[in-house]
Amino acid sequence: MEARDALEMARGIGADKPPRSLRSSSPRYGEKVIKYVLVACAVLSVLTTTAIVVSLLVPTIGFFEQVSFGDFFSTESWAPNLEPPSFGVFNIIVGTLSTTLWGLLVAIPVGFLSAIYLSEYASKRVRKVVKPILEVLAGIPTVAFGVFAVTFLSPLVGDAVPGFIKTPPFAAGIAGLAIGLMIVPIISSISDDAMRAVPGGLREGAYALGAGKFTVSTRVVVPAAISGIVASIVLATSRALGETMIVLLAAGKSPNLTLDPGASVQTMTAFIGTTATGDIATGTISYDTIFAVGVVLFVMTLVMNMISIRLVRKFREVYE
Amino acid sequence: MFSEMPERTRLATAGAQATVASNLQRQRGSEQLKGNIFFALLLLAVAFALIGLIALIVQSAIKGAPAFGLNLITEGPSTINPEDAGFRPAIIGSIYLILGVILLVVPIGVGSAIYLEEYADGTKWWNRLIELNVQNLAGVPSIIYGILGLAFIVRGPLDLGFILAAGSLTLALLVLPTVILASREAIRAVPPSIRDGSLALGATQWQTIRRQVLPASIPGMATGVILAVSRALGEAAPLLLVGAAQFVTFNPQPFSADGYSAMPVLIYNYALRPQDEFRVLAAAGVVIMLIVLLLLNSFAVWLRNRYEQQW
Amino acid sequence: MNSNGEEGKVESQMTAKKKSTEKALSRKIEVAERRLPSASEAVGEPVFGLEGVGVSYGGKVAVRDVSMTIGAKEITALIGPSGCGKSTLLRCLNRMNDLVPSAEVFGKCLYHGTDLYGPEVDPVEVRKLIGMVFQKPNPFPKSIYDNIAFGPKVLGLPDVEERVERALRSAALWDEVKDRLDDNAYGMSGGQQQRLCIARCIAVDPDVILMDEPCSALDPISSGKIEDLMLELKEDFSIVIVTHNMQQAARVSDKTAFLIVELDSTEENRWGQLVEYDETEKIFTNPADSRTEDYVTGKVG
Repeated sequence: MEARDALEMARGIGADKPPRSLRSSSPRYGEKVIKYVLVACAVLSVLTTTAIVVSLLVPTIGFFEQVSFGDFFSTESWAPNLEPPSFGVFNIIVGTLSTTLWGLLVAIPVGFLSAIYLSEYASKRVRKVVKPILEVLAGIPTVAFGVFAVTFLSPLVGDAVPGFIKTPPFAAGIAGLAIGLMIVPIISSISDDAMRAVPGGLREGAYALGAGKFTVSTRVVVPAAISGIVASIVLATSRALGETMIVLLAAGKSPNLTLDPGASVQTMTAFIGTTATGDIATGTISYDTIFAVGVVLFVMTLVMNMISIRLVRKFREVYE
Repeated sequence: MFSEMPERTRLATAGAQATVASNLQRQRGSEQLKGNIFFALLLLAVAFALIGLIALIVQSAIKGAPAFGLNLITEGPSTINPEDAGFRPAIIGSIYLILGVILLVVPIGVGSAIYLEEYADGTKWWNRLIELNVQNLAGVPSIIYGILGLAFIVRGPLDLGFILAAGSLTLALLVLPTVILASREAIRAVPPSIRDGSLALGATQWQTIRRQVLPASIPGMATGVILAVSRALGEAAPLLLVGAAQFVTFNPQPFSADGYSAMPVLIYNYALRPQDEFRVLAAAGVVIMLIVLLLLNSFAVWLRNRYEQQW
Repeated sequence: MNSNGEEGKVESQMTAKKKSTEKALSRKIEVAERRLPSASEAVGEPVFGLEGVGVSYGGKVAVRDVSMTIGAKEITALIGPSGCGKSTLLRCLNRMNDLVPSAEVFGKCLYHGTDLYGPEVDPVEVRKLIGMVFQKPNPFPKSIYDNIAFGPKVLGLPDVEERVERALRSAALWDEVKDRLDDNAYGMSGGQQQRLCIARCIAVDPDVILMDEPCSALDPISSGKIEDLMLELKEDFSIVIVTHNMQQAARVSDKTAFLIVELDSTEENRWGQLVEYDETEKIFTNPADSRTEDYVTGKVG
């Protein structure tokens, strides 16, 4: 009885076929409006870039009307707010390079080896604990690293190696150490993803030839994931170059032309961060200097980002 | 068995067995040593990273302990009585800033992600341009966004002045690319077969997105948004440039020109002072921020892992 | 209804016989020219009329020059080796190929006499009338009820609840799931999921159901259930099925089209081409083309 009812009902479905018109039943203006709204959202990102470029370039042009290229890149002293001012940007570029270098010296081995451990050695259980911890720690604000550097790392190193820090508590190496800790999760997380994306077949092939875990990790997995690993390092470098709060707190304000980890240096970001606080007047040479330095920093990080994007894309093409 | 074998065969077999055995043993020996050293290095690296980061948390807690108390939340900053000083105006400022960021960034970020994933034809140059743009913006240092905020939002074309809303807008622009990238990942994780199934029923593209793709990608997007927002919450550098005045003793208003402050900026200001009382306050502030941010991040990571393998 | 069907069958057999002799004659000429497959086999009321249909992806031709007529209220099977473009061809019929930006469709795809790719045609309307069931079961990550109700709700059809029950009954799924309509569809077995997808499809009253290898991801028992279901559904719907399983085509379909992969002389370009289209029985017992014979007898695969 029920089965026949069901059959009857099923018959009913075919019975009231809609008319066979293939034209739109409604103009669907909503669909089009939504699409344009979404396009507008996406275009906003392009406008942001344009705004950044314009807001950097206009005052920079003003800056170079007063200061020559030669003075900017070859003077050996940086004192834009003194009388008479000097604009040797090279000093603060080296300051930035110094903190970045010391940071990378810490972060590359630690991040890279952690990634190998997570991807090749760690058991599922360990991975499940360590990886989220590292990711959560990536969310620690940089001002916290800065406070940590100046209140803990600096006295610690100062006591351990007396005389190392020339002008306590400020030192490029201390800021670098804190920057290094900050960017470890970037390197380990992206490198780990890259290594885990290496197909298992490659590993099995090497194991089948009698290779051990060490050989497989270093000779098979790392070379196969190299572009992803390099991308993570490049990205971390870009982050280190642009880091502001740590260097403001721990690297000091002296634009010394040195790579000595014990010396106080001023970075480009620290210069911008100290000079632009307070109600700085538009149109003055100090105001324009911020933007000229900003252009240098922007170009440096942009190059890094482009390299990293290209490497990641290359890596994705190979394995995805 | 062996005794029946011709002598030569037996010898050859034994020889081969010995070679294989010694080969296996030798290889295992040297491999193992190298492997062990390497393994020790790996553990050292992980330990260094974890200890360094955990030291930060523990040290802040110890250093800030003397200042713990309700006054951290209820009192404003003070240069005269650092013992009773607190973060109230900065906390309120940060909450306003973040609400503004969420309001701006969620619709625009998710909207852009939907466009790029669902509508854009990736072979067209303008779509590739937008895509490359977003990727690049995600890597621009935060201080550059500060410059943008100063020259474009506070002054220049928008000319909002040094108000809290300008700070919010600057932070929103800063984290917008991150939100777009994370939302795109979340949308991409929804298998194409779901879209096919919906479209084959005669649903329109927007109906498919609105009723199938978006609901399925909400956990992933929420993760991205939370991570981005917590980054905005911890950012101090751009705020230095757009006028988050460091010592504000009154409760800030979003559109008032009287000035405003934010947690990370006030922490920075306390930490700059050489007196130890202020550094204690800075550490205590760091602890407050860490509690909020680590909770937010843990929730985000949990959310992602919980819904990761839905398909 | 029954007698009508019988008459139709006799008529169709006669027509088919006539056609096949015609074809035998015409084939000689074709062989002399370019071995084009035989065209239109109009039986009863045609649903689709394909005239020289081809599809290309990003300039590379996937299928070329397919001409055939697909009848109403019967099951038409598309068979052939992998890469012969049978799925591509199927996806032309409800404009699912539109979703691939680089896809281009050539020729004429007539649906009840209207070109599916005509300027006035809205692909959304096309898909309302021509539903599709996919290779892998693709239920929505929602409850069983919501899976079925989605279509009617989105299309604004009345009596959603009643439709859900009817659809589930017609898909022979009602008794299995009536007590757990609020459970997530992902908890069902693969076979149940696929029948859910069929139910989802018929809940919006389509005219045609396209099935793209609907049993390829299923075990033999679940496949059998789907085949039984198809035979019941063809009373109300026209069904076009792509299958790599020749026995399945032989069991369920009324007409079968055989496609092959063609290579050009440089072996760089490959595309699918229709070889033969006829009554299923004829294709499997007495094919006109030797390539069909080689394929259905398993000499090549």
